[in-house]
Amino acid sequence: MRDARGQIRRLPGLRLWLSGTWLLLLVLAAVFAPMISPHDPLEQDLFAARLPPFWEQGADPSYLLGTDSLGRDLLSRMLYGARLALTVALIAGTLTCLVGATLGLIAGFYRGWADLVISRLVDIWMAFPPVLFAILLIAVLGTGLTSIIIAIVVIDWTRFSRVVRAEAMSQGAMDYVASAQVAGRTRLGTAITEILPNVLPTIVALLTLEMGIAVIVEAILSFVNLSISTDEPTWGGMIAEGRTSIYQAWWVLVFPLFALFLTVLSFSQLGEGLKEHFDPVLR
Amino acid sequence: MSEMIYQLQDLKVSFADLSRKPLLGAAPRTEVLKGLSFDIPKGEVLGIVGGSGSGKSTLGRALIRLIEPDAGSIRFEGTDIAHMSENELRPLRRRFQMIFQDPMSSLNPRRRVGGIIAGPLSLQGFDNIAARVDEALDMVGLPRQFAARYPHELSGGQRQRVGIARAIALKPDFILADEIVSGLDVSSQAQILNVLETLVRELGLTLAFISHDLSVIRRLCTRILVLYQGEIVENALTPELFSNPKAAYTRTLLDAIPLPDPDQVWS
Amino acid sequence: MNYLSIRDLTVRLSNGLPLLRKVSLDVEAGEVRALVGESGAGKSMIGKAVLGILPRAARLTGGAILLDGENLETLSPKERRQRIGAKVALIPQDPLTALNPSRRVGPQITDRLVDILDWKRDEAEARALELLNEVHIQSPDRVMKSYPHELSGGMRQRILIASAFAAEPKLIIADEPTTALDVTVQKQILKLIREMQERHQTALLFVTHDLGVVSKISQSLTVLYAGKVIEETSVRSFFAGPKHPYSRALLAATPKYTDPDGSLMPVPDSVISAVEREVAAFDEQLNG
Repeated sequence: MRDARGQIRRLPGLRLWLSGTWLLLLVLAAVFAPMISPHDPLEQDLFAARLPPFWEQGADPSYLLGTDSLGRDLLSRMLYGARLALTVALIAGTLTCLVGATLGLIAGFYRGWADLVISRLVDIWMAFPPVLFAILLIAVLGTGLTSIIIAIVVIDWTRFSRVVRAEAMSQGAMDYVASAQVAGRTRLGTAITEILPNVLPTIVALLTLEMGIAVIVEAILSFVNLSISTDEPTWGGMIAEGRTSIYQAWWVLVFPLFALFLTVLSFSQLGEGLKEHFDPVLR
Repeated sequence: MSEMIYQLQDLKVSFADLSRKPLLGAAPRTEVLKGLSFDIPKGEVLGIVGGSGSGKSTLGRALIRLIEPDAGSIRFEGTDIAHMSENELRPLRRRFQMIFQDPMSSLNPRRRVGGIIAGPLSLQGFDNIAARVDEALDMVGLPRQFAARYPHELSGGQRQRVGIARAIALKPDFILADEIVSGLDVSSQAQILNVLETLVRELGLTLAFISHDLSVIRRLCTRILVLYQGEIVENALTPELFSNPKAAYTRTLLDAIPLPDPDQVWS
Repeated sequence: MNYLSIRDLTVRLSNGLPLLRKVSLDVEAGEVRALVGESGAGKSMIGKAVLGILPRAARLTGGAILLDGENLETLSPKERRQRIGAKVALIPQDPLTALNPSRRVGPQITDRLVDILDWKRDEAEARALELLNEVHIQSPDRVMKSYPHELSGGMRQRILIASAFAAEPKLIIADEPTTALDVTVQKQILKLIREMQERHQTALLFVTHDLGVVSKISQSLTVLYAGKVIEETSVRSFFAGPKHPYSRALLAATPKYTDPDGSLMPVPDSVISAVEREVAAFDEQLNG
């Protein structure tokens, strides 16, 4: 039977390309920051303080995006800042995903007491205000990259486990799971070979979203000066500094904010794009 | 007397009724099957018919032990499987297979047809898997190239053939078919019934065919079990049931079927 | 007199693929016409086009829908909604999802009367009670105060029927209203729809895939394949022997337990490819 309904064409993966390009540029910037940065990101030059970006009047073309109140080159600081942002995004995002998705899968597919324990834990966890929780954790663990990553994992695993649990539960009610049982597959085998591939697109979308969130959390912690050592350039730290001179030098705030915004947006769009592109059901 | 593949004695199944669960304590249980006893001889095509809530699907799922009954025995080739653990059941699973109602939900959407049919084969330790997948596709009348497709690329009738192929590839002794044509268009319905008819004849299968549609059951089955609210109200050979239905519910059921005939008068 | 008259209705997806191909059909005042076809034949799409609830991806690209002699396509969206609200009602397929689970049944029947047709609330309630009596619901007072999940599927379908007839529409579109029900309940519901239709002299467009149901409910039928009208005839002459080979094959494929050897026959591939060719040839003319 002919059926035209299935033939509605999808938009080409434009968002996949745009978000992918921005993230690729960012990775290159992070990797080659020492080579492509026009200045030392920490070098202060009080005579060159608050220079505007190149198109404004009074700009120094060697400081392409201008300087901050201590005369440090904004572009160089942003390039170095990308290193920390991406490291946090990749490591914290992936770890959070592993912990949260595994617990969610166990709760959603095995049900019973495992579900009871995990779900109650999630409920309790989510009753804590996350930012306060993070600040508390850093206060205990001390500042530094590892602390930030641990804080993100500890706060955010619930995001994965809730969604993955619901998804695994609805997939578990499908007859293909019963048919795996009829075929003699073990519970663990069913969870890995039948359920996981069907939950994976959701996990990938969440993972990229989480990477964006990790960047934000890191920025928030930098903003309240709880990230890593204060000299090291971070986007959040730059935003915090820019805030104080917003009326004299808007660029100090706006450029890192814009980079942060684009990065978080790109991560979430990359996730949606990947989900669409690699899912045989949606494709 | 012919040999029995299944012997059921006083089978009872109940479910917790969560809608009536009190604030404290366990939910009350609703009896879905109220003590069923019947046998299935080898080679028989048994039709199981009933309305929604009759317990026909529950009975089917108990037969192949997707559900554990509360009480009673299910003897499969003499062995009581009613309370076997999943580990004890696993070696037996190859021998009783199931074809599901909704092929869209019973075929993993993210696996190709070939993988769907091969999965159970490799789990059960078969050799020459690729050849067996081809053979199964041949038997249900699907082109072998379909092995590379995803379920959503097939029509409803083709998907249901994949479901049949997956079950017969294991060379089972018994197959349970649960409402397998009710979601299909009439044109593919007849084709699926033909495929099943041929397979039963050629492979000497024993088949339990659950359906709400007595017309479909008449075409395929040698014996018919009529269920009503968890009890067997009639168990008769097909010609007998249609010429002389004994239970009042069977007559109601027959009478309610809308025949494609403007002269049929509805009381 | 035709109450509903559809002329050369063409509906396409946004990429130009046709879902309905110049469909023409008439429903006379007080007549029951069945619309028959397999999945993807576009039978529900026709009802949706009349009600003005086509899915987002589909567009009406040609033809006219005349309701009571008035071309709906020439009306403003607001006027159109008013005409449809006053003259047409729908009996939906799935009684489970058609009623809002978080509201009591009573207001769901009276809403349309009060909100769209400006009835007084107590008048509307009296009318709802009267209708629930008409659809043979015992203790209608209690049912009005019930939530949908407290009622059986058959009961919910009765409520939807009562609700469809509430505003005395001149045309009812029933979209597979018994597909989700048991045969024994289906029989009661079909008899009820027929009884209500005769009492109120409503025109009824009955969408179904089941030729058995067609023979019980309607006087005339239109057979669709791939959004094209294949055959249009009276029920009597159709069951005496359909003209088109596809309709013949469809009838032979329909289960009939009284005739096990002459029913449930597979539709031959040759019939399908012939009707596919017919549709393709029609498309050339349609697009050319």
